[in-house]
Amino acid sequence: MATLMTSDARADGSSAATRIVLDCEELTTREINGALRTMKAGSRVTIANPSGRHNLAVGLFEHLDILIDGHAGYFIGGLGSGPDITVNGFVGWSVGENLMAGTIRVTGGASECAGASSHGGTVIIHGSASSRAGISLKGGTIVVGGDVGHMSGFMAQAGTMLVGGDAGHALGDSLYEAVIYVAGSISSLGSDAQLEDLTQSDVDTVRRLVDEAGFTHVSPEDVKRVASAKQLYNFDALKGQEY
Amino acid sequence: MCGIIGLHLKVPALESELGALVAPMIECMGSRGTDSTGLAIFSTPVAAGRFRYSVRLDPADGPGDAESEMHALVEGLATATGHQVRCERIRPDGGVLEATDDVALVSHELNRLHPGAVVMGYGRSLEIIKDVGSPQEVCDRFQVRNRRGFQAIGHTRMATESAVTIDHSHPFAPTHDLAVVHNGSFSNPATVRRRLEEQGIAFVTDNDTEVAARLIGRELRRGSDIHAALKEVGNEMDGFYTLLVATDQEVAVVRDSFACKPLVVAETDEYVAFTSEYIAMTSLPGIETAHVFEPKPEEIHAWRRS
Repeated sequence: MATLMTSDARADGSSAATRIVLDCEELTTREINGALRTMKAGSRVTIANPSGRHNLAVGLFEHLDILIDGHAGYFIGGLGSGPDITVNGFVGWSVGENLMAGTIRVTGGASECAGASSHGGTVIIHGSASSRAGISLKGGTIVVGGDVGHMSGFMAQAGTMLVGGDAGHALGDSLYEAVIYVAGSISSLGSDAQLEDLTQSDVDTVRRLVDEAGFTHVSPEDVKRVASAKQLYNFDALKGQEY
Repeated sequence: MCGIIGLHLKVPALESELGALVAPMIECMGSRGTDSTGLAIFSTPVAAGRFRYSVRLDPADGPGDAESEMHALVEGLATATGHQVRCERIRPDGGVLEATDDVALVSHELNRLHPGAVVMGYGRSLEIIKDVGSPQEVCDRFQVRNRRGFQAIGHTRMATESAVTIDHSHPFAPTHDLAVVHNGSFSNPATVRRRLEEQGIAFVTDNDTEVAARLIGRELRRGSDIHAALKEVGNEMDGFYTLLVATDQEVAVVRDSFACKPLVVAETDEYVAFTSEYIAMTSLPGIETAHVFEPKPEEIHAWRRS
């Protein structure tokens, strides 16, 4: 089993409590996730030297405070239902995939499929996210400070996305009940996605998300609301009779 | 899956370390496939009018001693071609010969002298290493860490559409000083292949990547630059791809219109690095301060040697 070291993790001394340090240069991913799984709720952990490591802090149930101190790889924090995770850097594909509860905050950018299929919890990306962000969203919340790539929100069934920058092509293609807010431009909407009027309830939702993320560049009254036109909900047997 | 890596050096100071820098990158990408492993290494060009030939001898000949067989080939080829021939390097699978740039003549005589010998790649700067097996095995077997050069691209294969043989391994090097590696799968290679065959272009395998490589080779021979050649891949070929293409002058990348397959690029004042996953470039010096980005769909990024 892994050796656990303890130290005062934060150089600026902002943390009075001791943090447990798990060092990727000394431990395998399996050892790190195994150690995290045994920790009691409220534990504070720093994962040091991640250097693009995949699958860190996945499948955790307890409310842990986890800092991944550097750039990380694929599937960070996926399947979680408890911890609050901060990544001090950028992440690869599918951060927070299938997240159930808790928060994942990424100070840099995210690659493809950020928050894919998440059922609950919040994924906050301070930088930009690549294509297919929030694909198949099932109730989670995704907040991106910068841009999102093409086909973001594809087939999103429930939940909320906020894009602080611009959205790429085919945004919200085949949306179900999820709602997407975009502060910047939209390259194109996907099939059955439409722009809708912003209600006070939308403004309140966006304000709550902006406050939670700590963004100052998004004004909640000025976002666009994208939701489903619901024309694909049922198969239209009379459509396209020419064939 | 399949993994791809590349390193394009901007400064001569790192050239002696090319192999030592590239080996950990490709070994890391063993996580994306261990069926076969290949590298294209570009180093100081041989004289004008001369080419390097990466020659694989037929293992069916028996255990044989690569060194004595290569030396016999040097003498035989020199007599047959009337030009000087030099053995630049002995390798476990054969070696690298330096000879006249008359490729048709050299290939013909090689085949006559040693039936079953295969030229895996040729050019003034290019050497091709490829074999079945994991990147660790191949890097050790070919002593990749000791190699110098100004540029390398590499591939770890998880075969999905054609056989696992040395010939099916990437890189594909269909013309002089060109190497192509690919992560993905093309959906219309047979159609494009028929068109190319009608133009007299011959194929070695039934691999989909070989079709894209020979299409790029045709475009470059017609005088296109690498940017235009990759545009033609987008026009002609359907499917999923991240392609990394290197010549003795340039290196370029492109992803399909959906960006289905990953690619990370890191640039510093000293190098441009390419890997399927960021984790495979974390061993590079100065990666902490590199400009790291992912090319968008259909964007062609190219770097020319200065």
